Amino acid sequence: MTSVTLSERTAAVLERDFAGRIRVTGRAGRNISVQLTLIVLVVLTFVTFARMGYGTVDLIQAARQALADFGAMMLQPALDRPLGAGHFTWATVMESMLITIAVTALCTVISAIVSFFLALAASENLSSSAVSNVVKGIVAIIRSIPTILWVLVFTVAIGLGSEAAVLGISFHSIAYLTKSYSESFEEIDEGVIEALRASGASFWQIVFQAIVPATITKLLSWTFIRLEINFTNAVAVGAFAGAGGIGFQLYQAGSRYYNLHEVGVIVYACLVAAFVLEYVSVQLRKKYILND
Amino acid sequence: MSAEAQALQGAPGNGRARTVDLAWFRRRQIRTILGVVAVVVAFQLCSMVCNFSLTYAIGSVPAAFVWMFQNFIPTAESLANFSLVLEQTISTALDSVAATVIAAIVGIVLSVLGSSTIGVSFAPVRGLIRAIASIFRNIPMIAWALLLLLSFKQNEFTGFLALFLTTFGQLTRFFLDTFDEIPTGPIEALKSCGASYWQIVFQAGLPLAVADLMSWMLYMVETNIRSATLIGLLTGTGIGFVFNLYYTSFRYDTAGLVIVVTIVFVLVIEAVSNVARRSMI
Repeated sequence: MTSVTLSERTAAVLERDFAGRIRVTGRAGRNISVQLTLIVLVVLTFVTFARMGYGTVDLIQAARQALADFGAMMLQPALDRPLGAGHFTWATVMESMLITIAVTALCTVISAIVSFFLALAASENLSSSAVSNVVKGIVAIIRSIPTILWVLVFTVAIGLGSEAAVLGISFHSIAYLTKSYSESFEEIDEGVIEALRASGASFWQIVFQAIVPATITKLLSWTFIRLEINFTNAVAVGAFAGAGGIGFQLYQAGSRYYNLHEVGVIVYACLVAAFVLEYVSVQLRKKYILND
Repeated sequence: MSAEAQALQGAPGNGRARTVDLAWFRRRQIRTILGVVAVVVAFQLCSMVCNFSLTYAIGSVPAAFVWMFQNFIPTAESLANFSLVLEQTISTALDSVAATVIAAIVGIVLSVLGSSTIGVSFAPVRGLIRAIASIFRNIPMIAWALLLLLSFKQNEFTGFLALFLTTFGQLTRFFLDTFDEIPTGPIEALKSCGASYWQIVFQAGLPLAVADLMSWMLYMVETNIRSATLIGLLTGTGIGFVFNLYYTSFRYDTAGLVIVVTIVFVLVIEAVSNVARRSMI
């Protein structure tokens, strides 16, 4: 990619959108590409519906039953008889939730630390462009593999247990955070790094005296966003990793006991945990960003 | 805040500005150390709760990768299944596009009505829309898949529905955020000219947000291919089902082929949508 330097006056006349991004396409071009993308997506949707297998069920009948099931799940959550079947106690639900939250936290901490160092290597302004391209390429490949496949691969490679779940989720999380962190690093004013380099600062001095203080709010903000995603992933892979957790109980309730009232209780537990996590993350983000 | 004020007030009394600076650096140092200690303690607690051993995990990564490269490399034998894998990947990709488009249609209506800039003026309706989006987004994917499996049985449409329901919640949230951020100037201007509600929506709201809305849709298509894998595992459809089939019967070379095809698909879709995104800005 080539880069050009604009004089201040040239930069001032560039057309920008409301978020301050420089326009790279003219109005007609923008309209055409929006329309083209929409047409492609809609055509693909029609193709999908034309070739999709609908099974042998009566769709209207099935939809009615699905609505009734949804009602049973959301409106009549119960663990105990008569609606529930006593497969779970509140203690099991709480304990499983705690395990899932612990897995979430471990994944987030591990991936934040690893990604920080990978992102330093992936930023063009801190390392060479060759190293940066290699790291970015590897990270893109890791990111394109679904979390669940990572977890399954790790369960056969190192055995069932929380290690497989944590490693599997972390891999995807590392790839995501490395990309976001390195984008934040690359936005740093080149002059700051230049000034420190000229006064003889070492690489790590530059990192900890200039890079970290300038980007810490963005890094934390990305990490908290990822914390929420990791929770969703931890629930999702719980059924397969053998690490226990709320996802496993959910899978048991839904596909072994077929009891939607128990599924409902577990779903509500997940909703509460997700809301608390979201609230905490929003509050922390607000606090850190306002403090700076 | 109060500690900082105290330090500043104390400075003239000490007669030396230097003490203020040192105190600031010391506080920053203490804050950093406290932060690190808190993270380490939390890490230990979480490790105990879920029975996680960091040394075992780190130690097993190299062996796991060696094992993976020995077993998951597609062999000539597995290439016999290539057409099946390709077909299922295409259908998974198409499902994620369809789920995104349908979710976007529902999502855009809800987010226009629910946004703080061009939404309806009756606040409880906006709150209700936000609550619906939040609940649909946070209900675990496993729950959707299992619920639909009971009524729609095992087929591709079930996978599509589960994908649609999770996508709908997420996309509505992203769309709401986008509409909340559009500048209010053009909307005010239209309002003061006497434009009707729908004129404001179609002449100011949508044109201002369209690039971001499309960008979120393309992002959702990429993410959905990954989510579809998990849903496929549960509902027995698409790429997730094929992976599970070969994985549980220990034919790892074909499972590896699934991974390779997925990587190629996701990377290509990412590249195409990056081009599309750039041409919309």
